[in-house]
Amino acid sequence: MTIVEIGLPKRLVEVTLDGESVRVPEGATILDACTAVGKSIPTLCYGDTLKPANACRVCMVEVEGSRTLVPSCSRKVEPGMVVRTESERTQHSRKLVLELLGSATDLSTTPHVDEWMSACGADPTRFGPPEPPSTDRDDRRPGEHEEPDGQTAATVRQPIKVDNPLYVRDYGKCILCYKCVDACGDQWQNSFAISVAGRGFDARISTEFATPLPDSACVYCGNCIEVCPTGALSFKREHDKREDGTWDESRQTQTTTVCTFCGVGCNLTLHVQDNEIVKVTSPHDSTVTHGNLCIKGRFGWQHVQNR
Amino acid sequence: MDLKLLDVEPTEAERVVVDLFTGMGRDQLLPALHAVNDRVGWISQGALNHICRVLHIPPAEAYGVASFYSLFSLTERPARVVHVCVDLACQVNGAKALCDRLTDELGPAGARSGWLRSPCLGVCEKAPAALAFEAGEVAKEQLLAPTHAGEVIAVAAAGPSHVDDERAEVPQAGDSGLRLLKRVGVVDPESLDDYRATGGYQALRTALLLGPSGVIREITDAKLMGRGGAAFPTGRKWDATARQPVRPHYLVCNADESEPGTFKDRLLMEGDPFAVIESMTIAGFAAGCSKGYLYLRGEYPRALHLLRNAISKARERGFLGANIMGHEGFSFDIEIRRGAGAYICGEETAIFNSIEGFRGEPRSKPPFPVEQGLFGKPTVVNNVETLVNVPVILTEGCEAYTRIGTEGSTGPKLFCLSGNVSRPGVYEVPFGTTLGELLDLAGGVPPGRELRAVLLGGAAGGFVRPDELGLPLTMEDARAAGTTLGSGVVLVLDDTADLGSFLLRIAAFFRDESCGQCVPCRIGTVRQEEALHRLVGKRPLSTSAADLQLLREVGQVMRDSSICGLGQTAWNAIESALDRLGYAEEATS
Repeated sequence: MTIVEIGLPKRLVEVTLDGESVRVPEGATILDACTAVGKSIPTLCYGDTLKPANACRVCMVEVEGSRTLVPSCSRKVEPGMVVRTESERTQHSRKLVLELLGSATDLSTTPHVDEWMSACGADPTRFGPPEPPSTDRDDRRPGEHEEPDGQTAATVRQPIKVDNPLYVRDYGKCILCYKCVDACGDQWQNSFAISVAGRGFDARISTEFATPLPDSACVYCGNCIEVCPTGALSFKREHDKREDGTWDESRQTQTTTVCTFCGVGCNLTLHVQDNEIVKVTSPHDSTVTHGNLCIKGRFGWQHVQNR
Repeated sequence: MDLKLLDVEPTEAERVVVDLFTGMGRDQLLPALHAVNDRVGWISQGALNHICRVLHIPPAEAYGVASFYSLFSLTERPARVVHVCVDLACQVNGAKALCDRLTDELGPAGARSGWLRSPCLGVCEKAPAALAFEAGEVAKEQLLAPTHAGEVIAVAAAGPSHVDDERAEVPQAGDSGLRLLKRVGVVDPESLDDYRATGGYQALRTALLLGPSGVIREITDAKLMGRGGAAFPTGRKWDATARQPVRPHYLVCNADESEPGTFKDRLLMEGDPFAVIESMTIAGFAAGCSKGYLYLRGEYPRALHLLRNAISKARERGFLGANIMGHEGFSFDIEIRRGAGAYICGEETAIFNSIEGFRGEPRSKPPFPVEQGLFGKPTVVNNVETLVNVPVILTEGCEAYTRIGTEGSTGPKLFCLSGNVSRPGVYEVPFGTTLGELLDLAGGVPPGRELRAVLLGGAAGGFVRPDELGLPLTMEDARAAGTTLGSGVVLVLDDTADLGSFLLRIAAFFRDESCGQCVPCRIGTVRQEEALHRLVGKRPLSTSAADLQLLREVGQVMRDSSICGLGQTAWNAIESALDRLGYAEEATS
């Protein structure tokens, strides 16, 4: 039996969402209110187990009386708030944000982004042909950049980082949502192995001095990968299978069980393809793990397959 | 928290300066990085490691912070480096030719050749400018302004001289009508006695008699508005903070003056440093703050020296510390924080993160600083010029103050005149003076030239045309005319100025200074610069009209969806050049 914390009773707040009156509990966000009435708002940096980072700006909506658009994932509802999620301004913002992201980043493994782009008519190619991958992104200095000629569009394309047997870091797919940093840092793991480094377009997720993960404070819990919305971070096994074309989610089953390594009782979800465990995650609504695991639960399952 | 450090040790010199921070916490990260940079000129792995050990900070986070600031280098560089300003006012005054000479003689800009291109150094009245720095047991800094290639090359070879006794100057010095600038260039900025002999610390005495709520009432009735660019009513800000039951309250004096073309706060700090300290003390008294931080941009060595002197003298004489001026129970002290090369740290919430030892990224509002600011506590953030108006209000009275300026914009205002103007400098005029009158005061454009445009408010401001010189300089008139006074920048361009290059510099500036946190600004400023290059260079992707449309769309999303004012205004000046100056037509024809 799962015990659900229901907390103290909350006052209901009435807001207007796209002309429709909605009552949601005090303290709910605009995104919560949208979800409650079945309105879908695209999000990337929002994480159900993390505090809002407010970084990607995909979920921006219009609130009457506000000079700028507001992030629906973090802005709490207020009585009488009038919210428009499909106004011209909102749609323009969503389209441009997706175009900007798509023009600079490889979104080929980002779930749903294709649907969102076609829904708002986003065309990330209109900023020009992408510039070729660069190998110097870890060394770029803040406050300076090479003068562009405008004939190509700057991107974050760069070589994949594989410096350990468990993780792959493909920062050409990174949208800087801060989720991995938050999961690694004070919100969950408290390892602080990674941070955002650099500034502006040259900002990147990095260990100290871009040192390889095995020399960093990384404990290989995999909780950063769990929250990555674009596939920039992935498990080595999944990455290899995708590379050789044998990764097939339609042939995978998911079975949730309990980790046997210690007495904490973490829930494990085993992703099994062709009778072989290919990935282990944990349910985000698990009151024990909130989606987090340690290296043992996440990666210590090879013995199961010792047939 | 167990720290995993790299297996690298600091040098003896690095260890000595970092060990001075033993027992301190995260908020000393920026000062510790400065200490290493001042000593050796760059931040090595061993030094950063040792800072992390002493201050107990995860190395990845400290690296994230150190790599945020342009004045620090995380790769080895020589102890001596000259920062050459290439920003707006210097560009108009020959910075490009200067850089070309330096490239020829010293090699391309970079640590190895000993010179670097720098954003606005805040000495636009003496453009072109450069700042020489040399790390050592006593770090040396010397401002070269106005400079020329020969001087930069000589200083790059011989190093900066340590004696820098040049005094702040304003064109109106000695004018009896001056209030904010009355001491600048007239009294000895190092002498507390001179300050007191010219009315100093009378306002604090008045404030202590009025009590905190009395002071707030005076400031509110004087209708003082913030002078940093946003024009928020100061009295309301103080009142909202004073009412917060949570303690302590903090005061932050925003002296991170980095808006290209702005140098008024530097002149105030260099010419009248005690006034800044007294004003902060009054603000601290009114809003119930026990501690004030003066966040000074890293490129102002002279102001740093004079403010340090002012604070220590004020402390000696009981104007800072416990029971100030004998007022039982009123304690207040000031700590200077040096920025390290990041325009964004002048944003009112980014400044908190920077002081706390985190990356200088703006926070999402709400919550507002008056509720949760520095260290999560209620905080007042005021610009230097705003604060310096406070003693004027308290000594002259709020009624007399409101008679200066206009109904909607009260008081005197400082404007920073630079570019193609005969007598550049900071001018003090009442709000309501017209732009034309102000230009006349500064002697207009040089003889034989014609006015092309004025950039009002800075890189985040907008252009006005020569036929708009009748514009009264007030917050409300500027707003009604679709422009802004911003931080008081009046950058004049005559018919010799190259508008295309000027706009490209604005675009490059915003790209360089974006913190990178949100998508519209991080990528938008890049796409803006790229599209502008195509437009200015007449090399469109398809047509110039399409590039123009692209610029407008990117500008709109930056304005609508960026987290902070930097991204929201990064398109303002370019938009106004396109539409108000007619550059759109010029570029697409």
